[in-house]
Formats: sequence, structure tokens, C-alpha cells
Amino acid sequence: MKQLSTKVTSNAHGQDSSYFLGWEEYEKNPYDEIKNPNGIIQMGLAENQLCFDLIETWLAKNPDAAGLKKDGQSIFKELALFQDYHGLPEFKKALAEFMEEIRENRVTFDPRKIVLAAGSTSANETLMFCLAEPGDAFLLPTPYYPGFDRDLKWRTGAEIVPIHCSSSNGFQITESALQQAYQQAQKLDLNVKGILVTNPSNPLGTMLTRRELNLLVDFITSKNIHLISDEIYSGTVFGFEQFVSVMDVLKEKKLEDSEVSKRVHVVYSLSKDLGLPGFRVGAIYSNDEMVVSAATKMSSFGLVSSQTQYLLSALLSDKKFTGTYLNENKKRLKIRQRQLVSGLEAAGVTCLKSNAGLFCWVDMRHLLDTNTFEAELELWKKIVYEVKLNISPGSSCHCTEPGWFRVCFANMSEETLDLAMKRLKEYVESTDSNRLISKSSHERIKSLRKRTVSNWVFRVSWTDRVPDER
Amino acid sequence: MLSSKVINESHGQDSSYFLGWQEYEKNPFHETLNPSGIVQMGLAENQLSFDLIESWLDDHPEVLGLKKNEESVFKHLALFQDYHGLPAFKDAMAKFMEKIRGSKVKFNANKMVLTAGSTSANETLMFCLANPGDAFLIPAPYYPGFDRDLKWRTGVEIVPIHCVSSNGYKITKEALEDAYERAHKLNLNVKGVLITNPSNPLGTSTTRGELDLLLTFTSAKKIHMVSDEIYSGTVFDSPEFTSVLEVAKDKNMDLDEKIHVVYSLSKDLGLPGFRVGLIYSNNEKVVSAATKMSSFGLISSQTQHLLANLLSDERFTTKYLEVNRKRLRERRDRLVSGLKKAGIGCLKSNGGLFCWVDLRHLLKSNTFEAEHSLWTKIVCEVGLNISPGSSCHSDEPGWFRVCFANMSDQTLEVAMDRVHGFVEAMVMNTNHGKQKRTMWDSRRRSLINKWVSKLSSVQCESER
Repeated sequence: MKQLSTKVTSNAHGQDSSYFLGWEEYEKNPYDEIKNPNGIIQMGLAENQLCFDLIETWLAKNPDAAGLKKDGQSIFKELALFQDYHGLPEFKKALAEFMEEIRENRVTFDPRKIVLAAGSTSANETLMFCLAEPGDAFLLPTPYYPGFDRDLKWRTGAEIVPIHCSSSNGFQITESALQQAYQQAQKLDLNVKGILVTNPSNPLGTMLTRRELNLLVDFITSKNIHLISDEIYSGTVFGFEQFVSVMDVLKEKKLEDSEVSKRVHVVYSLSKDLGLPGFRVGAIYSNDEMVVSAATKMSSFGLVSSQTQYLLSALLSDKKFTGTYLNENKKRLKIRQRQLVSGLEAAGVTCLKSNAGLFCWVDMRHLLDTNTFEAELELWKKIVYEVKLNISPGSSCHCTEPGWFRVCFANMSEETLDLAMKRLKEYVESTDSNRLISKSSHERIKSLRKRTVSNWVFRVSWTDRVPDER
Repeated sequence: MLSSKVINESHGQDSSYFLGWQEYEKNPFHETLNPSGIVQMGLAENQLSFDLIESWLDDHPEVLGLKKNEESVFKHLALFQDYHGLPAFKDAMAKFMEKIRGSKVKFNANKMVLTAGSTSANETLMFCLANPGDAFLIPAPYYPGFDRDLKWRTGVEIVPIHCVSSNGYKITKEALEDAYERAHKLNLNVKGVLITNPSNPLGTSTTRGELDLLLTFTSAKKIHMVSDEIYSGTVFDSPEFTSVLEVAKDKNMDLDEKIHVVYSLSKDLGLPGFRVGLIYSNNEKVVSAATKMSSFGLISSQTQHLLANLLSDERFTTKYLEVNRKRLRERRDRLVSGLKKAGIGCLKSNGGLFCWVDLRHLLKSNTFEAEHSLWTKIVCEVGLNISPGSSCHSDEPGWFRVCFANMSDQTLEVAMDRVHGFVEAMVMNTNHGKQKRTMWDSRRRSLINKWVSKLSSVQCESER
């Protein structure tokens, strides 16, 4: 008799993907400016480290928030006992207003429709439990965040069917791609329950256009299914264009109180905009009372610490802070993205034009030996082990075209980003010169490569470089 | 449109346990603002030792201030989302758990998985140990929340192990075998046994004999043993707390891969709002899978940091455990003697934040309907929210769980006065017979009026 559940024994956790493996490789040999200058630079982690100073300054000026005091009085006891899954009212109010501010107050969020969760990881899984049965499917545009394979499918039994997007049109969602995905699900005998999009997109760094959002709303209306819009990166939009939320589109189509609006759910989190993944703060926003009610009960399995709710309710209630923060965050992200883009350009590498997110979607197809995912994996290994940059290969994001990589830019200093770009440039140049010389000069190539690479390659033993089998 | 988990309302929250809570929320007792409101005696919170924690916080302001050696640790914590948990925190938890067990058991931080409360820990363990349709055997009466936590999203079934008052609710071999048989008759694959030690709602710790019996049973059937030891720090009387791991050690089963412990700081430290729980297991596969699953309910790094510091302070933890136990025992004694004066007995307890109270003699008939109507009277007329045994899946009508650690001394007094008044009135009702009814009625009304606020008939008469 099997001792453990199939969830455990079948290794269905989705964490064997290279996304997680590259992370492990980095952990073994992490770059440090002083202690380990030849280590691997982490460019696979979508963290926002650019604006901590703003939060730290605020904390220093407002010690009561972290100090668990209100008007100088300790509220430790109240918070210690506060486990109401409806959440701290002040916090939900502040969160709702913050979400409105990010959308320039074009739409309103009712705190009563917010369900708090321990991060959007928890929020997304909970929504799956509420909307889908085991075996039901959600359609997701590719490429998508690798974590979804675990978050949406593992314990829920839900399936993901990809909506194939291609570089030929900037990876935008088309009507035919939607229809094709829907039909594919039916061929597989899967009941489609909805569509889930991340807007702005991870890993693309682009925002969904109004056209795409309208297309999605029309599609779910006709098929009578749900739409989940994970807007976790909504506060990282740094381009000139406004962020358009699915809520904007519902309003524009005058569907706010309609039956369709009950099938549109937004997920949010403070992990990216505020750079606080450690604090586990996520939320589901839904117009469907039953979903809010059930999700609220389910949030018992992942409540936000009251200590953290209190800190953040104070932080986000300070409108001077939030206004300044959102502006400054945008500015700094824009500068850093520019630095990455121009650094890549200097290496003859382009990326998808983006205006949001903490990463760029980089085009390395010209560096592939062949137009295959095997070649992509080979290139990725070289970049991780030889160039010593941990970036995420497109295949881990379910991209249909080999050669694309997600490269993060907001989780390191300017100097580190500079160094990363130098390493990449040197690698590309050495590869170029490699290609120019014919086979007969194979030996010369080898030594040239060794010389170029040895500038920064750490002598790692082969056993260290092979990730563990899971 | 929505999943069956939503539509079937299988969340288990329609039980009276939660409904009494709702009634209290509508009309909560307050010493000065609402002295005739309902006194909450259905919430197993530990409010007795906050002063100890608060004074520690006052002495160590840099901890809440997110500073270490005058350096800010904010950034480090803000980014820390590693599901392996803050090492300093896991080490501190291991030491704390060892201390609670008088160092008779050692805990290895590598075998620990942190979760957002034991609610999350228990559900995660079910996801790891059982498939939908499998069953776990649980001694009844048990914590009503298990119906939601263990079953709702996991699809796992609970089959109760019947325990009875006639032997102090001890788990017997017959009861275990009987539960196992019943599960099989229902075509359910039994995956394990789950106990809460000390027991909620009984307030008694599982004896060595019972633990030995349980391990022999689970070992023979090759099934799992889960011991939720969330109340382990609240054992204030003999017999001393014995963890399943201690007995496992005696049986040379201490590395057994089918024994798992669940813990939390919600009861011992009184911090349910901070969401701190954990799974402890020798089973590498379970630890590995549960660690990944903990992504769905990680503990805020801000909170891990606070508690790592608090629990690393050995002087604090030693003093806290000692004082906490003492205060709990005193409070329990007060409740027990208060009830005794009203001619009410309870199961002799040695831990927990509640007593298992015997109100069978107040039932109109030995039925759960009678229990329900008595409960409704107690909530609506006497103004005390206590938990009826049926909500805890008790086999015998007439038992109630009454909490004592979530209120002040004065409030407990008020509650006891109300109980006396109620019982006296009931006794008089029985004695005087129909002829004296009018006089009794008015006397009863005057007794009740002292502390019953004018509840509109709508509030307490809602259909359940």
C-alpha cells in the first residue's frame, strides 16, 4: 500500500524545471562584489530591490508601525489575538486605496471584496480551488511564470492549457490563439473553466493592450467562463503608457455590475511593487460573493500575519508616502531597465520592447546552434556555468520558440548589472569569433576561448556543476 | 460556475461551534460598555501571559524595530521568502519544543517545516499523507475545525474513534479496531490516526499507555501517526506531558518515518494572529514535499524574526513556561470550583485552555436535541457562549467545552454568577411544579434580568 499521497510520490510539484534548478546553481556559487567576484550573478529572480531606502526612511520616521503601537499605546495584545480571516479592516482599506492609486483612481476597489492571502502564490491556488474541479482547465498565454505549474495545478488537480503567443506579433494574444487553445482543451477532454493572465506579463514585461483585454472579456462572455487577472506587477509600469487593468475595461464596456463582472477576478500582492516577498502579502479581488465567502474561509490556510498587516496598513495609509513611492519606483525601474537594454545592445542582443516588470524578455535566438530547445538548454548551461549569469530559459516559461530568455534587472546594484553586461559581451564576442573561424582551426578556437573565458570563470569541479536529480 | 468545494458548502463551518461565535459577535460582553452581553467561553485563547511577552518586547525594542546590533535587517527580511524558513527561528523553535518536553526529546531543525499556523500544517500533512477518499481515524470528541482543516480541500475523510466518559475518554484497543473496521465497511482506505495531545476539547493529556497502544496499532497496520501537540505548553498538572516522540523513543521507533508532530504558538504563547505553525517529521519525503507546499502559507519573515529573538532567550522561555502553567492552573481551578458550587462537575483535566463540562443532568432528555436546546438557552438566556459536545462529535449528549483563559478574573466571576443563577432557576423549576409556576416565572425573570440584556427575539431565534 502506498504510504504517501500521489501528490508527493509523483513529484508533481513542477519544481524540476530549469527555473528552479538555475536558482540552485546560483545558491552554490553566489556572486558577491567582494567575497566572491567570480560567482554567478543572479538574474533569474524577479525581485525589486530598488526602493528599500524609501521604506526604511518611512519606518524610521514612523516607529509605531513596526513597534506595534497606536498613538503611543501598545496594541500588541490585540494584534496577537487577531486571527479574523476577514483581515484587519484598516489594512484592507489601505490596500484597496493603494490598488486604486496604481490605477490612477480610474476604478474603485471595495475592501469588502478583498480576500487576503499569504502572497499571490496562495491567492492563485485558492482561486483555483474555488473555480475549478480536479481535471478542469485554465487557459494561460505563453510564455508564463514557471511557478504557475506548481501553484495552479499541484494540489488542486487543475490543468493548464497554453494559449500560444509568438514573437511575430510581440507575443500578443490573438483571437485565433484563444480559439485554438479552447479547442485543444476540448480535444484533451478538459472542461475549460477560465483564462488566467498576468498583466503586466511575467516574463515578457509588457502590458496587455486594450484590444487584448477586450478580446479576453468578449471571449469569456461568449464561453461563460472566468478570467483571472494577476496584476502583481501593476505598480512596476514605468513606460509612458498607462497601465490598463481588466477593471478599466469592464468599466469602459459598462459591465461593472453585470453577470460577467462576477467572473472577473483580480489577484494582487506586495511582493513586486513594494519588494516585500518575505512578508507574504497577497489578495484576491472578486465581484462574486460566493467566491469571496469561500476564499475567505480558505484563507485560514494562509492568513497574513497580523503583525505585518498592521505595519503595512500604516505604511499604505500614508498617501504622501505611497504617491512618492510609486513615482520614484517607476523612475528607478525605468533607468535600470534602460541600463540592461543598452548593455545587451552593446553585445548585439535585443529584447522585446517592454515598459513594465522587473525583467526583460531577451532574444538570443541568433546565439543558438540550432533552432531547438536542446540548443536553448545548451546555451543556457553555458550562460549559467561559463558566463556565470543565472537567467531563465524560455522553455521553463513554456515559450513555443527556442532562444528567448528572461533577464532580471531590479535585484542587483548598478555595478553588478554593469559587470553582468560585460561578461555577456565578452561571451558573445568570443562566440562570434568562434563562428568566424572554420573547423580546421578548432584547436586555436579552444585556446582563444579558454583565454577569454578564464578572465572570470571560476574553476568549478564538474560534480559541483551537475544539479541534483529530483 | 464554481467548484463543488464552494457550492457544496463542505467547509464544515455551519456547525454550532462557529454559529455560537457569530451570536457572540452580535452582542459581545464588555465589563463597562456591555455588561449584559454574551460572555465568550467558546474561544480557546490564552490571554493570561501577555504581560510577560510585552515586558520582554519593552526590554528589546530593536527586535520589533527590525534592527540587529544597530544595523537594519529590514531589507534582508523583506526579501527573505525561502521556504526552508529563517534558520535562527527554526533553531529557537526546536529548543522551545525541547524545553516543553523537559529535554526528553530532541528536535532537529532540518526535520521541521514552517507553516502559517497549525491549521495550515494539518491540511498540508493531509495533502502529503492521503489521497482524496482516504481516511484518518480521530478520537472523538475532537476540535470542530478539523472537519474543515483536514477534509475540505483535501478530500480526506475522518472516521471517529469512539471514546466515552465512562472511562475518562481513554483510547482503547477495541475503539481503535472498531474505528478501523468501520472505515473499511465504508470502503475507506485508512491512512493514519491523528490525535491532539493534550486533547481539545477534553483538556487531558494522552497517557503513556495510550500512546504506546496507538504506536503499536499504527505500526501493525503500517499507517501514519500524527500528533497535534499544539497545547503541549499548557500542561499545568500531573501527569506530566508525554509526547508521542518520547514513547516512540522508548519503543525504538524514534526515527520512524510514519510519526509526525504538529505544533503552533497560538495556544502556548497566545499568538494566533501571528500565524506560526510547523510540521515535524522524520520522513524526508514528507519534509521535502511539505516544505514546497508551505509556499502556500509561509510565515511572515517579520514574524519569524520577532519570534526567533523571543524564543532564543532561554531565561525568558523558562520563566514564561513556568508562570504560564501556574496561571492556567489557577484559572482552571477557579472555573472548576465555580462550576462545583453550581452542582456541575467536569472531566478532571491537566492541561489546555478549557474544561470538558458535564451538563447531562440539566438535559430534558438524553438526546442531542435536548443538548441543542440547552445550548441555545445558555447562549441566549444565560449569555455564555460555550461549545456543545455535538459540535465536537461527542457520542454522549450533555457535555460542553468551556474556555477559561480568554477573559479576566472578573469576567469569569460574572460567568459563574450567571451559571449559578441559571442552575438555581432550573432547580426551582423542577421542584415547584406547575402551581407555583407564576411566582417562579417572575423570580426567574428577575434573576435573569440582572444580566440578560434585552435581546430581540430575532437574534437568538434564528434557524440553525
